[in-house]
Amino acid sequence: MNSSIHWFRFASPASFYPLAGRLVPWFAIAAAILAAIGLWVGLVVAPTDAQQGDAYRIIFIHVPAAWMSMFIYVVMAFWCAISLGFNARLAAMLAQALAPTGALFTAIALWTGALWGKPTWGTYWAWDARMTSELILLFLYFGYIALRNAIDDPRRADRASSVLALVGAVNVPIIYFSVKWWNTLHQGASVSLSAAPKMAAIMLTGMLVMTFAAWFYAIAVVLVRTRSIILDRERGAAWISETVG
Amino acid sequence: MSDFLTMGGYGFYVWGSYLVTALLIVIEAVAVCARFKASRRAAADAGRGR
Amino acid sequence: MTPFDAVVADAPPGGVWQGAAWALARDLKLALRSRPELGVLLLFYVIVVTLFPLGVGAEPALLHALGPGVLWVAALLASLLSLPRLFASDFADGTLEQIALSPYPLPALISGKIAAHWASTGLPLVVISPLLGLQFGLAGDELVVLALGLLLGTPTLSMLGAIGAALTLGARGGGGLLALLILPLYVPILIFGAGAVDAMRGGLAASPQLSLLGAALIAAAVGAPLATSAAVRIALD
Repeated sequence: MNSSIHWFRFASPASFYPLAGRLVPWFAIAAAILAAIGLWVGLVVAPTDAQQGDAYRIIFIHVPAAWMSMFIYVVMAFWCAISLGFNARLAAMLAQALAPTGALFTAIALWTGALWGKPTWGTYWAWDARMTSELILLFLYFGYIALRNAIDDPRRADRASSVLALVGAVNVPIIYFSVKWWNTLHQGASVSLSAAPKMAAIMLTGMLVMTFAAWFYAIAVVLVRTRSIILDRERGAAWISETVG
Repeated sequence: MSDFLTMGGYGFYVWGSYLVTALLIVIEAVAVCARFKASRRAAADAGRGR
Repeated sequence: MTPFDAVVADAPPGGVWQGAAWALARDLKLALRSRPELGVLLLFYVIVVTLFPLGVGAEPALLHALGPGVLWVAALLASLLSLPRLFASDFADGTLEQIALSPYPLPALISGKIAAHWASTGLPLVVISPLLGLQFGLAGDELVVLALGLLLGTPTLSMLGAIGAALTLGARGGGGLLALLILPLYVPILIFGAGAVDAMRGGLAASPQLSLLGAALIAAAVGAPLATSAAVRIALD
């Protein structure tokens, strides 16, 4: 009972704003420390791979970025569902803040995937299932952002883009399944393009550390963006003049 | 050290990945902070203007 | 006093099937009045299909390989082009608001509208596709699988497209925005539709892909009217 009261206390932009402000430095510092550790593990400690040489080190960016791109979309869709179900402004603002960071991680995953593909499989873009699905995910992010920008009324934009995000979320497994099937049909029995080097424990450690670094970075950036959105959209509210005026 | 820079011949790909990623992250972080400062300034001005 | 009011005055409240039937009949009547516009949409399909050989060369083997994909992609684009018809004019003159306020369930009315939309824009594509398939050297059984796939797939395209059309009502960005929103959702239909013909060429049965298209059709028939009516209500707020 106590925990649910605490939860809803932060459901208003006015009380979330200072909470987010206090949280940002912690997540930013944690992200920086974890990134430093992860980079050291990935670039220095982890041994050179027998098959892929030093090119495999790209996975320490590529895999965390890909995981975050999908994770952020799920979180975004979750907040969209909350905003529709509870008619909650703040939940919609959180979703609005998540989208650009999610799109950025998707772009990083695509970029690093292409640069990893060239030395290891001979081509920058091989139309494999995971990269193609990642590209479609980027389109889904862009669609959400574009729809938000195309509707002037903020609450209408909230609701329309939330419906879109949920429709997208439902379709993502279907799209992935269909692209995977398409890939097997057309690639035939060629090299398995998703083969990562056999995971030495240290490689897995490096990837996990970088994933947490990315996660905490994302939280920090999204919280700052949410604060901006709150200030922009709640302009005129009394609590704002007291806090920043 | 030179092996670190050349990454066994794959330097272009590895550093192309790491540096572009670092650049994008820095750009996002800077842009987000700049936007926040601008929003805060605008909110403060709006408050004072009333 | 719109013509709508006269109908509503006599109609019993509620009624999923009556609502759908009413919307279907109305939209079909409106479609019959705009046959030139529908003719243009069909012509667009033909023109787009014709562009591909002009772009890649007329070598028969290449065209034969590309054929199913080209015919399906062109169908997706034609569907995209036809979607604004679904809600735009009703939205502009206030009829959509009246429709939403009617005693019929909105998803039922929307289902009727989508069915009419498919009958006037999707079904013609299905009918003409075998002719165009011949231009790409598709054999008889390939044409059958192509047409069957389009028959199962184009209603789903209309239904998914309706969600996008409703979401973009009153939004800036026009057709480009709608394309960005809808085309990723269209991808599975494209993959299974074109893949059905390819599978058959490879000596496998096309039934798995056609079954998946059928399953998608059923899933869309259940989910799309609900999502679309939510989007319509958002647009009308």
